[in-house]
Amino acid sequence: MVKEPNPQFAIEVSQTPGGETLSLCFQCGTCTGSCPSGRLTSYRTRKLIRKAQLGLEADVLESPDLWMCTTCYACQERCPRGVEIVDIINVLRNKAVAKGVMSEEHTKVGTYFLQNGATIPLNEKYEAIREQLGLPRRPANVLGDKKALEDFQKILKVTGFDKLLEEKK
Amino acid sequence: MNLNKKYALFLGCVAPARYPGIEAATREVCKTIGVDLVELEGAGCCPAPGVIKSFDQDTWLAIAARNLALAEKQGADILTICNGCYGSLYDAAHILNGDPERLRAVNKILEEVGMEYGGKTVVRHFAELLFKDITPENVKANTKRSLEDMKVAVHYGCHFLKPSKIKDLDDPERPRILDDLVEATGAVNLNYRDKQMCCGAGGGVRSGNPELATKFTESKLKSMKEAGAQYIIDVCPFCHLQFDRTQKDVKGYDLPVIHLAQLLGLAFGVPANKLGLEIQEVPVKF
Repeated sequence: MVKEPNPQFAIEVSQTPGGETLSLCFQCGTCTGSCPSGRLTSYRTRKLIRKAQLGLEADVLESPDLWMCTTCYACQERCPRGVEIVDIINVLRNKAVAKGVMSEEHTKVGTYFLQNGATIPLNEKYEAIREQLGLPRRPANVLGDKKALEDFQKILKVTGFDKLLEEKK
Repeated sequence: MNLNKKYALFLGCVAPARYPGIEAATREVCKTIGVDLVELEGAGCCPAPGVIKSFDQDTWLAIAARNLALAEKQGADILTICNGCYGSLYDAAHILNGDPERLRAVNKILEEVGMEYGGKTVVRHFAELLFKDITPENVKANTKRSLEDMKVAVHYGCHFLKPSKIKDLDDPERPRILDDLVEATGAVNLNYRDKQMCCGAGGGVRSGNPELATKFTESKLKSMKEAGAQYIIDVCPFCHLQFDRTQKDVKGYDLPVIHLAQLLGLAFGVPANKLGLEIQEVPVKF
């Protein structure tokens, strides 16, 4: 990615669903002060939003900071300008992933999602526990329904999610 | 009591695949209070609002819409037992039920699997249904065994009440919903520092940055312990997993995690072997 500021970047973010409120931020820092992640790390929400406003695309999309947010909404709830901060972070993460920035661990979660229709696979140990509790070994959802899983995977093909992971490999 | 509505139970991933006690307890409790549950056959991942939505919003919305369409076909509201599922499905319904253009776009994708979403499904959280439709008074009336010997710390999690702008269930800074339901069972509900703080698991942080997730959890565990809590009460299997498993890795804590459905199971006299509490990492000792 180019290191130069990209003046189009903020506009692109604002035009993506969830990113509409980016320009409303006036840098008061309430988000940073509310962020539990920022309390424990050097991640600063206010700074991330400012960089996005300034079009520092590579800086934003390649920074590990982008993945420090637990999407807890503490910032968004308190923002006096109504900036939908978590939604903006989601838009930024989508842009990063589209450019191939995705950690190995997250690629693994994405692969589980694609293969099982669930981010956590059901294994024999838990099938036995289910039985012990009087539940069917596999539930009636995608974890126990082959046709449903096929439909699920077809949708991921249409949206290009499978490609997103392939490009990573 | 009997509610005039059927609910499609949305299981999600963590409950059926890691904490099936939460699923079993939900079914038992719904039976006791007269909530008519049907299976949401063929449902997929909600999908997870942190990880999957972070990767690709369009995929997130299409898969959520598939789940909403499955419930719509059954003429049922969706009932979730997980904050993550609730966050995703509520959000997706909020977008699609009010935006014909995005609904059309999503239906173009669903067409590929012979499905259509009409934009009608209502998504509810187990705790919200309990609070609004059953009410804490009825929880109290159904309580066969008062839990007054339990000192508990309530953890709301994030995606149950927030973003409050579209959910409007309770004050996100000082909520009462869960506190009132828990107190109705007789349990001693303790206040603690950073009660509204996140468990640390969401947003792909548990998978991508586990050390950071652990720091969140440890900070919360410390506050709960300092307040004198013996148990953690939550309404989300993912928070549940985070609190339960982290205590295996960090030493010095012995706080069994109990989902609201499991707590109500205890109060309503559901046999303990149906609640799965003794098979968790930090087991409840009966």
